[in-house]
Amino acid sequence: MNRTAPSPAPAIALRAITKSYGQAPVLAGLDLDIAAGQVVALLGRSGSGKSTLLRLLAGLDDAITGSLTVNGSVSVAFQEPRLLPWRRVWRNVVLGLDRGDDTRANALTALVQVELADLADRWPLTLSGGQAQRVSLARALARRPDVLLLDEPFGALDALTRASMHALLRRLFAEHRPTTLLVTHDVDEALAIADRVLVLRDGRVHGDHLVPALTAHDPTRRQILRTTILDDLGVTPDERD
Amino acid sequence: MSASVLTASPRTISDPQVGDDVAGPSVIPRSRRPAVPRWASLLGVLALWQLASATKLLSPDLLAPPSTIAATGWRLTANGELGSALLVSSGRIALGLLFGVTAGVSLGLLSGLSRWGDALLDPPVQALRTLPHLGLVPLFILWFGIDETPKVLLIAMGVAFPLYLSIHSGVRQSDPKLLEAARVLGFTARQRVWHVSLPSALPHALVGLRQGLGMAWLSLIVAEQVNASSGLGFMINNAREFLQTDVVVVGLVVYAVLGLLTDTVVRKLERRALSWQGPL
Repeated sequence: MNRTAPSPAPAIALRAITKSYGQAPVLAGLDLDIAAGQVVALLGRSGSGKSTLLRLLAGLDDAITGSLTVNGSVSVAFQEPRLLPWRRVWRNVVLGLDRGDDTRANALTALVQVELADLADRWPLTLSGGQAQRVSLARALARRPDVLLLDEPFGALDALTRASMHALLRRLFAEHRPTTLLVTHDVDEALAIADRVLVLRDGRVHGDHLVPALTAHDPTRRQILRTTILDDLGVTPDERD
Repeated sequence: MSASVLTASPRTISDPQVGDDVAGPSVIPRSRRPAVPRWASLLGVLALWQLASATKLLSPDLLAPPSTIAATGWRLTANGELGSALLVSSGRIALGLLFGVTAGVSLGLLSGLSRWGDALLDPPVQALRTLPHLGLVPLFILWFGIDETPKVLLIAMGVAFPLYLSIHSGVRQSDPKLLEAARVLGFTARQRVWHVSLPSALPHALVGLRQGLGMAWLSLIVAEQVNASSGLGFMINNAREFLQTDVVVVGLVVYAVLGLLTDTVVRKLERRALSWQGPL
């Protein structure tokens, strides 16, 4: 994947972000810049603060210290599809858009991109997990966001569905180029999708790795990067598969 | 009229097993069902009843035979007596429902949607709810006399409380994850209420309405027993004075049919409004 060189004004800029629940800080003076158009995977063990960080960027939490800048519009796809069960699929896709933009045509355009146009008139409860997650993705994309936040969106899916979702995402990124932050706990998923991998540990960025374009097709390089990231995560050798 | 416990299962999309859940209520396979139609035993009971009456085992002063009841039903329908009684009683129900549903829905929404509403409204309503509202009849008669007002009020209370409770809890139980998603999608507070809170409360509200209707009919019967100069209850009371057990039973059957009718209407409504819960 060819990406534009990082532009001078980053899409996301975080300085000395601290967030605590009670006594324990979840984020402890975190600094982070993400260039426009970059696809960044955020890895970390559970409790490392990766979901907290995503919620901050989504504007769902403002009780923090530090400075946070997000340039442009933001869309979020959550771990669960979170579709409104009482609205047809296509209405869910354009939900909350301005009047005039919330048309069926716009919904279908987004649904075509996730290859679900024929399910436009279904009720969400009749969809499979993978289909619902793709609709959720279509909903995020229909907003044409500058910044796309994905919170473990494939966590609940089976391996095969995940693989096809990865391919779909890579295609969509190539087309739309939103700045993307993908929270995941899966190193291979991170390497499959992202062009930069961040490892969050103890409330800070512990590891920051660029993923060269051809890594996916170079097993040796991929293995080296994978090992480095696992080290950053603090995964001991006997924990590795 | 059953005041039985009805359960709603409003499903949300965050339910991970939603896709697998396509089986309907469990049905006994046809092959394992006894080869007797379900109405057979009912017909048997009616036959025994008729037989007991014919052999003078059952005095008509205690309970008239089914044949007489059917004939009386026909006679009362034909001479318009039943029709006019029905009209009066239905009028009372309609008026009571109008007030009760309005009160239940508006109070339920107010206390469900606003923190102030919840803090100020919910305690007194919950306290009032613990009173058996049918026990208020003596007070109502003292306050409002014996004409239509206490009857309509009693019916209104019967339907208002179950409706209030179900709407209040339905709104409160809206999935916080959906509300959060709506916030991220840029919904205003009002849009969140309209698109998320109200639709999630609807299944609960309809269950509450069905329970409320049962209570409304019960309230009507009690109110009409206590005092009435027209309507179904008056017809029944009048018949009692003259030991016309056939007329009493006809009145009861009509009550039952009416209750069943309103219940069916709400169930139809349920199926239409909640079609998203089932497969397309």
